[in-house]
Amino acid sequence: MGNSLSPLTLSIIGFGAIGQGVATIVQNVPQIKVVAIADSKGVALMPDLKDVLARKRGGQPIANSNLTALDVIRTIDHDVVVEVTPTNIDGGEPGLTHVREALKNKRNVVTSNKGPLVAAFDELTQLAYTNGVALRYEATVGGAMPIVNLIRDTLAGARVLDIRGVLNGTCNYILTRMAEEALDYDQVLSEAQDMGIAEADPTYDVTGIDTACKVVILANAFFGRSATFADVDVTGIDRITQDALQLARQRGFAVKLVGDVQELTVSPKLVPIGHPLNVSGTLNAASILTDTAGEITVAGKGAGSIETASAILSDILSVMRDRS
Amino acid sequence: MRISMDLELKDTPGQLMHVLTPISDLGGNITSVVHHHDKKTFRNTVPVSVILEIDEQTLGELQDGLEQNGVTIVRVGKMRLRATTHILLIGHIIHTDLRDTIDEIDATGFAEVQDLSLSMPAIDGPSSAVITIMATGDKELKTSIGILRQIAERKDLLIIEPLDERGSPGGTSNGE
Repeated sequence: MGNSLSPLTLSIIGFGAIGQGVATIVQNVPQIKVVAIADSKGVALMPDLKDVLARKRGGQPIANSNLTALDVIRTIDHDVVVEVTPTNIDGGEPGLTHVREALKNKRNVVTSNKGPLVAAFDELTQLAYTNGVALRYEATVGGAMPIVNLIRDTLAGARVLDIRGVLNGTCNYILTRMAEEALDYDQVLSEAQDMGIAEADPTYDVTGIDTACKVVILANAFFGRSATFADVDVTGIDRITQDALQLARQRGFAVKLVGDVQELTVSPKLVPIGHPLNVSGTLNAASILTDTAGEITVAGKGAGSIETASAILSDILSVMRDRS
Repeated sequence: MRISMDLELKDTPGQLMHVLTPISDLGGNITSVVHHHDKKTFRNTVPVSVILEIDEQTLGELQDGLEQNGVTIVRVGKMRLRATTHILLIGHIIHTDLRDTIDEIDATGFAEVQDLSLSMPAIDGPSSAVITIMATGDKELKTSIGILRQIAERKDLLIIEPLDERGSPGGTSNGE
């Protein structure tokens, strides 16, 4: 690893919306040097970021070498592996192997990928510890909304008793639109798909799987659990009717999909209209209950490529601070 | 109105009739009777708690009737329902017998369904309801939500509960 005067070197593994967001914002950070970018088809070594971003957007290949993502992680000397391949809830691959190999090769890892952390949280944190490197994952929960580092650093003096949150922007958008515009679930879902807020297959979001993954990560990080996805009791939003939302509203409540980290549950809840967790649109929010600081609530953008990349950059800068 | 009574009965067979007969004679409606056989008093009597609905004017007459029957009245309380909450239910609420759902809550004696609004968009589609439950206290309210949760599971209804209120720092209750 270089000293604090040499630039921090990093690889970006995965070049979808988030990877491109990372490349876009690190362009403006002179202390950071991207040594390789891997997408599903190949690897660009020592990339010119502007050029690679333009190629990717134009649908052209970015590869300029015969290396694979794993070759980069194992053989190219660099400080930080930014693992931003898509989340695979079933086993965590290929992200899990990327993260594991990076840590074994004594490279710091910054990731937005929930899959590896949900599949093997204890193993990976242990691996990072024994190899003396950092594993940072602020971007896995709440996108740009600070929560992992907020609890770990800023709230270090308080004991966290519970965390509850609205942690999925897609669900929150659907519930907000249904309630405010008196629209049916199917109608709003199609609208969200049109706008790119929901995936073509929305199962991962609307059945609560995504929120459950975030609950697992927070439970393992802050409550010393060794939880996996199977430990979470999950109810999604796909049975909620617009009538139910109107009835709730008449009595002063909104319906939100809430993840409760201490209880390991994900379910729709009635949230009083004036409650801090009642955020609208695609926003995320989390309430952290502590012993000495009382309840602290944060809200912010839970998705979006630049927003998520901002959380990743924050983790990269922490790694940089820690090495100097 | 709803009355709760703590009574003491002699520990011999047939004593409960001395309680039930005057209540029914005066048109009262018994919601719950609990025999505390495990808490027998030093007088060798068995404590019994009864919750009933009765006209307030006839309450005095009922007490007289009980005493004439040799029943000891330890305490009479007019129950107030202090805790309240709203619950959403979604699914085939009507087909699964709404009456039955309400009755199960009311039968507890410490909680009742005070209000119910229902919305049925289509014959075959799922309906939505918001139920207001009142109970004598927070613990009782939690218990009644638990009952409703079991009913919902049995009848395949989606139940949406309110976010729990949480205590202040240190996990202590809010100054009470």
